[in-house]
Amino acid sequence: MRDPLVIAGREFNSRLMVGTGKFSSNEAMVQAMEASGTEIVTVALRRVDVADEADSLLSHIDRDKYLLLPNTSGARDAEEAVRLARLARAAGCEPWVKLEIHPDPFYLLPDPIETFKAAEILVKEGFTVLPYINADPVLAKRLEEIGTATVMPLGAPIGTNKGIKTRDNIAIIIEQANVPVVVDAGLGAPSHAAEALEMGADAVLVNTAFAVSPNPGLMGEAFKNGVIAGRQAYLAGLGAQRDQAEASSPLTGFLGS
Amino acid sequence: MSFFDDIQKYPLADVQRQINSSTDADVQRALSREKITVDDFAALLSPAALPHLEKMAQKAHRQTLKRFGRTILLYAPLYLSNECANGCIYCGFSGENKIPRETLDLDTIEREARVLHKQGFRHVLLLTGESPMKIGNDFLAAAARRIRHLFSSIALEVYPMEVNGYREMIANGVDGLTIYQETYDPELYDRMHLYGRKKDYKFRIETPERGGEAGLRRIGIGSLLGLGEHRSEGFYTGLHALYLSRKHWRTHLTISFPRIRPADGGFQALNPVSDREMVQLMCALRLLLPDVGLVMSTRESAELRDNLLPLGVTQMSAGSCTAPGGYGEDAEHLEQFSIDDDRTPAEIEQLLRKRGYDPVWKDWDAALMAD
Repeated sequence: MRDPLVIAGREFNSRLMVGTGKFSSNEAMVQAMEASGTEIVTVALRRVDVADEADSLLSHIDRDKYLLLPNTSGARDAEEAVRLARLARAAGCEPWVKLEIHPDPFYLLPDPIETFKAAEILVKEGFTVLPYINADPVLAKRLEEIGTATVMPLGAPIGTNKGIKTRDNIAIIIEQANVPVVVDAGLGAPSHAAEALEMGADAVLVNTAFAVSPNPGLMGEAFKNGVIAGRQAYLAGLGAQRDQAEASSPLTGFLGS
Repeated sequence: MSFFDDIQKYPLADVQRQINSSTDADVQRALSREKITVDDFAALLSPAALPHLEKMAQKAHRQTLKRFGRTILLYAPLYLSNECANGCIYCGFSGENKIPRETLDLDTIEREARVLHKQGFRHVLLLTGESPMKIGNDFLAAAARRIRHLFSSIALEVYPMEVNGYREMIANGVDGLTIYQETYDPELYDRMHLYGRKKDYKFRIETPERGGEAGLRRIGIGSLLGLGEHRSEGFYTGLHALYLSRKHWRTHLTISFPRIRPADGGFQALNPVSDREMVQLMCALRLLLPDVGLVMSTRESAELRDNLLPLGVTQMSAGSCTAPGGYGEDAEHLEQFSIDDDRTPAEIEQLLRKRGYDPVWKDWDAALMAD
């Protein structure tokens, strides 16, 4: 059965997006990307020189194989994020942008107000916008209304590897969304990724778990399998969880059928 | 309320008493927590924590890895002038020292900047002595403007400015500030700084706040190790960072650990800090502040820098020269202090790769702050 992830009309076979920060080397990064089966790779614009073809990080990303998704990490407000996105497009990147505005360098939590403002501008300018947000269902709906291509709620703060701490809100976002929901940040284990997909999330984005693993390639493969397992379980339909075992001799059995 | 007011709640004698009376149980409790309190921090700075240093180091390493990954940002200092109107008795640039004074003209500054750019640097730290009358805001603004096209990030380590001064610097391409308190002990501070603007403890300690108010994005603090008693200095540095992270919550903070080096004037450290004590300090600060960048300069030996790498360091200088004009030509007689790690940037890059770290040359974009 074909089951592609569709974002802004474009199909992807993998439901795992990969970030490129924190790796010990570009080679380690490529190993994780390859093994994970990803087709979407995000790069912080502040880390690279998009105008320079020889940029050491960018030159390691095969653009025929991966959609390069520039992100605006480092931007403190809408104005800065918009400026970065425009520069990337002017330098020849596709007009896709992962909108990240987390002014607080401590927990890297996204600023909902600035993110909304920037999304509005960028959508109008023809960008395909994938905004990183806190797991706020109302904000997710507002962003969808103005035309973002996805919403990307966080499972837990970036780099924490804590898993889906925002589970209840993410469930509401998934229930209400008409655009793909990508759980971004905080996923530290393949089981976390599987959990997101089991819940009905359309995709996940992982970075730290790969980058800090002593074996990024193997971890990439593990997440690939976790994502596939989670998606399959979602499609197959998970049984409802119960608090108690269901009696095999029900109390109303005497009534007959 | 500024940090100057805040710090009054922590008199030096009380802080030292708390640190020195910490017990083994206090240290163990601190090490068992995911997030430590200020009291835990005092325990980790104490002599009682020394037997637990390996455990602290392991934890510091794990936290750094989680937050910053296997990356080290590389930057270079660029000395613009050694003119100085202060009398700081520990510093080679002190007005007291009869040394040749030199201020680079803009062409020379650009030439120096090009040397660094060619070596790969995209983060540069501009330094001067403190002589605002001779080397003022106009000079610094012109210097930043002249070289901004070569770098992604320009930071300053110069005399403290007013908020408007920092705004002017931002308009000319500056995004970061490094300003060391030298010592948080006001009495010692007074004795160390004989004259000049720097004698004003309060003005200096409030400088990072003025930088944050102006909108600078990265602010570095620290005390000069070897002046005050290092455990309490570390404690105040931690408090300062906590204060700044609450007040200027959108600014990335870094902490440096400059140890006194041989310099003109022949000043000897009042309270020498051993390698072991410096490691303790770094680890304790990392555990208090998991998101703060820790900076290691070429003041330290190559061997020690290599060993400190996994303990929480997030950025390093490389191939540094502390004399104005020193990248383009030999200018040893003008230097502020002599460095210890004299490996080239390429050698440092190679070493980092060998140790499993990605050397990062660019982690900022001037476009973020450009008008």
